[in-house]
Amino acid sequence: MIAASDAVEEQIDSETEFGFWLYLMSDAVLFSLIFATFAVMSTNLAGGPGGADLFDIKNLAVQTGLLLISSLTIALAHHAAVGGHVARAAVWLVVTCILGAGFLVLEVRELTEFVVKGAGPDRSGYLSAFFTLVGTHGLHVTAGLIWALTLIVQTTLTQPGPRLLSRLSRLTLFWHFLDIVWIGVFSLVYLPEFL
Amino acid sequence: MQEMRKILIGFGLAVLLTALPFAAVVGHWVPRDATLWLIAIAAVVQILVHLHFFLGIGFTGPHRERLSSLIFACVLIFIMIGGTLWVMGNLYQRMM
Repeated sequence: MIAASDAVEEQIDSETEFGFWLYLMSDAVLFSLIFATFAVMSTNLAGGPGGADLFDIKNLAVQTGLLLISSLTIALAHHAAVGGHVARAAVWLVVTCILGAGFLVLEVRELTEFVVKGAGPDRSGYLSAFFTLVGTHGLHVTAGLIWALTLIVQTTLTQPGPRLLSRLSRLTLFWHFLDIVWIGVFSLVYLPEFL
Repeated sequence: MQEMRKILIGFGLAVLLTALPFAAVVGHWVPRDATLWLIAIAAVVQILVHLHFFLGIGFTGPHRERLSSLIFACVLIFIMIGGTLWVMGNLYQRMM
């Protein structure tokens, strides 16, 4: 009886995970359309500042590094949880949250600086597209952060089990997906401006 | 243990493929056009590395159903990005 319900639970988990994967694919379509909009708008400066005048490569490098390392730490969290080490998984999740929060702080600081300089999203088509793309990615990271914090609380309050592992598996997929989107952002939006 | 190795190899490759375009941009190793190509190729390869090592995409293994939906999403993305750039580029030329 117990074995049967375990098998059912496992089936539900794998279906939930595939469903979440389909959501990620639709999110990829959403992001690719924002990328396409950015590509179309990339020369519409309306006499305003462009990326070359605004971007700071040190800030970008630190942001990219933080997100990349957080990709490692969340994979380690998932690996620990699969092996049954819930406490270790929680520690790696905390590290992931700190790295993700660091990324967000740098991003908010950068965007605020642009707005103060008069290079807000209302300045030109280019900046509208830039703020939409970077802002949408930042919102996703914020959602991932809330999700990770919720899971950390759950690991301390509830009994560890397949439910918790399933949630962590999906968060791990989500977080890696956001890092993939960031590869597109720094390669397409930022790096060409420094040439 | 094998899972752990996969994570570490993936992370190592990702670090390399991130550091390479940054170094090329800062160091001005090659002309502008070549650097743009390098950035693009490093990005595509890094996305493939993430998909394989972190998201479990492969031709074999437990997540094969993810591959078909990924390919479908890529077709949609190709049509939409390609179509957008084509139509808007064409419009831009006609407006000149």
